[in-house]
Amino acid sequence: MEHVADNPWVALAYLISGVCFILALRGLSSPESSRRGNRYGMIGMAIAVITTLATHVPTMPVLAVGEVAGYDYAALLQRVDSLAVFEILAALAIGAVIGVVTARRIAMTAMPQLVAAFHSLVGMAAVLVAIAAFLNPVAFGIADIVTPLIGQPFAAIHGVSRIEMILGVAIGAITFSGSVIAFLKLNGNMGGAPIMLPMRHAINLGVALMIVWFSFSFWLTQSPIDFWIVVGLSFAIGFLLIIPIGGADMPVVVSMLNSYSGWAAAAMGFTLHNTAMIITGALVGSSGAILSYIMCRAMNRSFISVIAGGFGAEAGPSGEGAAKIDRPWKRGSAEDAAFLMSQAEQVIIVPGYGMAVAQAQHALREMGDKLKEYGVRVKYAIHPVAGRMPGHMNVLLAEANVPYDEVFELEDINSEFSQTDVAFVIGANDVTNPAAKTDKTSPIYGMPVLDVEKAKTVLFIKRSMGGVGYAGVDNEVFYRDNTMMLLADAKKMVEEIVKSLD
Amino acid sequence: MSFIAILSIFVLACFVGYFVVWSVTPALHTPLMAVTNAISSVIIVGALIAAAASGSASSKWLGLLGVVLASINIFGGFAVTQRMLAMYKKKERPAAVKH
Repeated sequence: MEHVADNPWVALAYLISGVCFILALRGLSSPESSRRGNRYGMIGMAIAVITTLATHVPTMPVLAVGEVAGYDYAALLQRVDSLAVFEILAALAIGAVIGVVTARRIAMTAMPQLVAAFHSLVGMAAVLVAIAAFLNPVAFGIADIVTPLIGQPFAAIHGVSRIEMILGVAIGAITFSGSVIAFLKLNGNMGGAPIMLPMRHAINLGVALMIVWFSFSFWLTQSPIDFWIVVGLSFAIGFLLIIPIGGADMPVVVSMLNSYSGWAAAAMGFTLHNTAMIITGALVGSSGAILSYIMCRAMNRSFISVIAGGFGAEAGPSGEGAAKIDRPWKRGSAEDAAFLMSQAEQVIIVPGYGMAVAQAQHALREMGDKLKEYGVRVKYAIHPVAGRMPGHMNVLLAEANVPYDEVFELEDINSEFSQTDVAFVIGANDVTNPAAKTDKTSPIYGMPVLDVEKAKTVLFIKRSMGGVGYAGVDNEVFYRDNTMMLLADAKKMVEEIVKSLD
Repeated sequence: MSFIAILSIFVLACFVGYFVVWSVTPALHTPLMAVTNAISSVIIVGALIAAAASGSASSKWLGLLGVVLASINIFGGFAVTQRMLAMYKKKERPAAVKH
């Protein structure tokens, strides 16, 4: 059977769908064009789904008996299998309802978990498609029926297709189990701390080599046993790869899994000779890879060191990294903070993961509005790795109706701190630590940080003086003369400041 | 289509992806992840083929399950992206402020 996608009209439809996906990403270059971009994405998907539905109508053989021109005849005809059509449409509808309801209900602070969960679904779908193609290769047009001299005729899957299929199933399985672990960590079902197995590098390497070996063997023999071993080992390695990675490295992990889900789609696109899938896979794969790179650069860590995991393992109240001498620091109240900021010309707010945890974004925007009434210029400074996924802080601020032209990236705003009266740090820590610039022995040395200490006054919201940041290092900013510590829950503190500003 | 033709499309698409993604503004990185997630569910094409094919019952049911999972992702991914993008607003111009 020929590939249906080799029909030029069908191929053209898939190509158009691929182009729509490119336009969808292109739209994201600015918020104004982004909504149109998203519509292109939906159109592209509709084209791909409708084309497939129209070209792959399920049929079943029906025995037709009749009489034509005096001759009796009996023939096997292909009829549309309406039950199968109904099943497919029902499957689509079930998914649509679950998807739309989830998307409507999810809290913005839970976005990292949701994205991880969605990645796991793409991974699982890739695995299912690859298994389905393995079980019924003739339907996918990737096999020839071979009749050997001895034994039953069987479907011999093309050599290239075997490679594509095993790659698709392996990457899909890694995406699935890795994303499930990422989801559990982000959702708090599993501690964010890295779980370190003894000899984990040796185990991972061993499993990886076994996957390569059995994939090679599958390519040679098309043996079902090899296929299932690769499926099982790939699920295992996805799990093993993600458990040693700590919570704050999740931006890299989520982007990496995003990339994998793309490569899985591309591998299946190769199997099915489908342009839309290949283009999409390449787009998503490079998108995730670039995001991972941006996140790693923002932490001054190599991709390898993030994947090796274990960073932040020593962080914790009792860990050695937390041991520190008692140094003098100043404590302020909400009234002090309100007074200082209301007198300021410019205030830069630096949000971090703590803001997301405390759900303080709405209170924060209210504070910003109040300050503007005092004639204060309010800006927001976002570090690329603030939060648990790329752009996490931007979404939360947007949710709280903070206009996006008040929100700035690190490179764009860092020089402004020296001319700023108040830097207001809420739920961020490591990304403001000046040790990254000066202390060569610090684990975060070389990481680009926000120069909050250059502001005339730093207001630093923190729950207590006991804990340290994710990297397990003390922050010099706490003890500086121009810093005032506001020890409280971030949301409560901001609400009190808002009250004091009235 | 020959393998080389497909590979060419793939390699060129990687380059397109590279340039397009670098031009995405960092403020929209979360919507970017949500929308890439939605479009990578184009893998539903494979699931639909499996679900419609006759010849293997298990392949068909795996296909149907794949359709459900990918469909969750497609509808959920686009809907959540739309919801996020609707929140990004510009500063109100002074003219819009009531006096």
